[in-house]
Amino acid sequence: MGPIIITFSTIFSKLPSLIPSFCPLVYGGLVLLGGGNGDASSGVSTDESAVLPKVEVVSEACSSYPAESELELGLGLSLGGGGGATGKTKAANSSWGECGRILTAKDFPSVVSQRTNNGGPSSVAVSGTKRAAESVSHESCSPTGASQVVGWPPIRAYRMNSLVNQAKAQRGDEGDNGIVEKDKPKDALKKRLNCNGKQTTVNEKGHLGFVKVNIDGIPIGRKVDLNAHSSYESMAQALEDMFLRSPNSVENEPLTMASKLLDGSSEFVLTYEDKEGDWMLVGDVPWRMFVSSVRRLRIMRTSEANGLAPINESNERQRSKPI
Amino acid sequence: MHKKTAFSFPDEVLEHVFSFIQSDKDRNSVSMVCKSWYEIERWCRRKVFVGNCYAVSPRMVIKRFPEIRSIELKGKPHFADFNLVPDGWGGYVFPWIVEMAGAVPWLEEIKLKRMVVTDESLELIAKSFKNFKALVLSSCEGFSTDGLAAIAASCKNLKELDLRDCDVDDLSGHLLSHFPDTYTSLVSLNISCLGSDEVSFSTLERLVCRCTNLRTLRLNRAVPLDKIANILRRAPQLVDFGTGTYAADLRPDSYSDLAGAFSSCKELRSLSGFWDVVPDYLPAIYPVCSKLTSLNLSYATIQSPELIKLVSHCPNLQRLLVLDYIEDSGLEVLASSCKNLQELRVFPSDPFGVEPNVSLTEQGLVAVSSGCPKLQSVLYFCRRMSNEALVTVAKNCPNFTRFRLCIIEPRTADYQTLEPLDVGFGAIVQYCKDLQRLSLSGLLTDRVFEYIGTYAKKLEMLSVAFAGDSDLGLHHVLSGCESLRKLEIRDCPFGDKALLANAAKLETMRSLWMSSCAVSFRACKLLGQKMPRLNVEVIDERGPPDSRPESCPVDKLYIYRTVAGSRFDMPPFVWTMEDDPSLQLS
Repeated sequence: MGPIIITFSTIFSKLPSLIPSFCPLVYGGLVLLGGGNGDASSGVSTDESAVLPKVEVVSEACSSYPAESELELGLGLSLGGGGGATGKTKAANSSWGECGRILTAKDFPSVVSQRTNNGGPSSVAVSGTKRAAESVSHESCSPTGASQVVGWPPIRAYRMNSLVNQAKAQRGDEGDNGIVEKDKPKDALKKRLNCNGKQTTVNEKGHLGFVKVNIDGIPIGRKVDLNAHSSYESMAQALEDMFLRSPNSVENEPLTMASKLLDGSSEFVLTYEDKEGDWMLVGDVPWRMFVSSVRRLRIMRTSEANGLAPINESNERQRSKPI
Repeated sequence: MHKKTAFSFPDEVLEHVFSFIQSDKDRNSVSMVCKSWYEIERWCRRKVFVGNCYAVSPRMVIKRFPEIRSIELKGKPHFADFNLVPDGWGGYVFPWIVEMAGAVPWLEEIKLKRMVVTDESLELIAKSFKNFKALVLSSCEGFSTDGLAAIAASCKNLKELDLRDCDVDDLSGHLLSHFPDTYTSLVSLNISCLGSDEVSFSTLERLVCRCTNLRTLRLNRAVPLDKIANILRRAPQLVDFGTGTYAADLRPDSYSDLAGAFSSCKELRSLSGFWDVVPDYLPAIYPVCSKLTSLNLSYATIQSPELIKLVSHCPNLQRLLVLDYIEDSGLEVLASSCKNLQELRVFPSDPFGVEPNVSLTEQGLVAVSSGCPKLQSVLYFCRRMSNEALVTVAKNCPNFTRFRLCIIEPRTADYQTLEPLDVGFGAIVQYCKDLQRLSLSGLLTDRVFEYIGTYAKKLEMLSVAFAGDSDLGLHHVLSGCESLRKLEIRDCPFGDKALLANAAKLETMRSLWMSSCAVSFRACKLLGQKMPRLNVEVIDERGPPDSRPESCPVDKLYIYRTVAGSRFDMPPFVWTMEDDPSLQLS
């Protein structure tokens, strides 16, 4: 009955704080849905008058309701039902068609009564809808900074990589005085680039936490979002889940990764390529340092992982053959 | 076969007439005139475009068009570009290659976008198609330089190898050495996305030397500036050139060498690359600027003064891609210098910075709209916007076909009035009657969708994020936009009602993407049951949707029309809603 919809409207009523001039009118309509059977009529009449001015604007532009196949698909909240749905739909149909009027509880008498009968589903549905509404309200109530949202701003991953690489190159060389294996002129050049123009201050943690992961035996790699993890254990767990529980749809080789990747007890070992192109065993360095220097990951068979520095000898960096 | 009356042409004549009809739309229309035209047309169609690789099976395509020479396939939904489609979702090209290898041995051209291509696929291409001419991979992944090497080594008639923004596993720098010494047919080579630090320059130079038909050459970042001059001198016929790193220690002789090399390229019309630009070297390209029609500086971290100087030298520019370092002042100069500008893309240099790092606002866009009457296509990232500016832009540019505005902070209101930007975008759709593509941003209510549904009758693709108030918004779009083919939505409060009410519309579209919205699992199931010609895919990495209440919203939803039924290559986090309600979810 009420519970679902009251929750719905309660959540929505929080929104006016963000968009004051619009919410009350629009959500006035939706609040109507919240009324129970008995209250609906009175609720409708009072609030509908408030709603009408806005809705009239809408109705001019509303195109005709496509009549044929949608009849079967109700507009109502309860869609699993059979016969009841059809009857309700027709009412809903005409209300859409008339003027795009925001639906009220009057349009869904059967829905509301169905809800009353099932105590279980409705309470369950409450949480479901609440989650939906909550996710919406969460988005609108807490001003989400662009850097915290996945895939926003919509910049292609390829371009992001380029930005990050340019930023890393500029930042990285400021600290790397010791390692002199590259050409000196190139280093000096990179230093000069820091003076030319403003540095692109791409947030290191901001967005680009996706690194490629390949596992021996499967040609197609996956990607893991390092920003979603705050420790080696968490990342290793995610990798184990990714490759353990999904028999890769193209490759049918079963993988047995019985135990963790980090402690060396599995037949696989986790390695990474750092920004200098060296392949290292994962776990050597503090997590944050790892995140800022990792370029990609490889899950290698233990038998092939010769020549990589064991976890204990954290200060030695040995070159190993790239893939 | 058919009785030939005095009023019908022989098949050969019709075929000859059809050969002048190239566009897919027209070809499709031709094929629907009558059965005999359908038959004749299908035997002589040479190019097929499949906008969604799961909409049809390779076998069906080949059965209908047995004589194709060129195929273009698109795989993942557009939002995959922004990491919204989980890795492993699909879009594998291998099954297509396998089918075509057997049935269409004369295939010449394969173009793929957002697909997973493996080395095995590339090797099969190299082995199967004796007259293979062109491979264009756009935003693809899953392969390495080994696969490309197979193509280079085997395809004697290869004219085009174009890797645009691909994620390539770069195993060695020796891709180019796999082209045989006898190979000379290269016309277009784009390896700009290859990451390898080693490129054999002598191999590159020899390749360029012997391929006298080379028109397009886009190098990767590994190629340093001091090597460019030699390459350009060996290929003065180049039309489209992409530099590698545009940085070197400043030496007078290397600068003049470079400038001389550029001036020898009389045909050069398009430049790109420009990673790590050292501004002092930029004037080296001035000799070619007056004829340039396309300039991609979107990786060039140079500041406004240099950009202004550069842009002022390019009066014939039609296409400009640039970072927001250009600032409003630079765009004003652009507006006064480049009267032929048709396309402008301005990318953010610091997308995650909280404070603006450059002075690029709505003013720049207004200036360009005012000064460039031929402007048709815009992609603009900025941090503030006003309805007034948008209305001005709309009135200035009624010829817009593509308008994509990204205000970096979600739900940003009109900075002057603090109102939503409904009216501004409304003006865009109202004045730009030929608008085909639109991306929205900023604070938007259901009203903007009302405008879109009312006016955007030619709109084919709409991208929506963090907008709208209720299902009414979605209903306006689905019921009003007659030409809509692709709709992608994220983080909007759209739920079941509008979707279900407009279910039939979905069959007239290529696809619908909805993520972080409020569509319940129940609605997805219902759609799947009732609409057998749609694949309704629920993508949810949290686990099976039936482990949660039916009214729970799904994480991501991808609906597309198909004649191929459910696909068989889904990963564990994708569920297709079945036609038969008694079937269990797989």
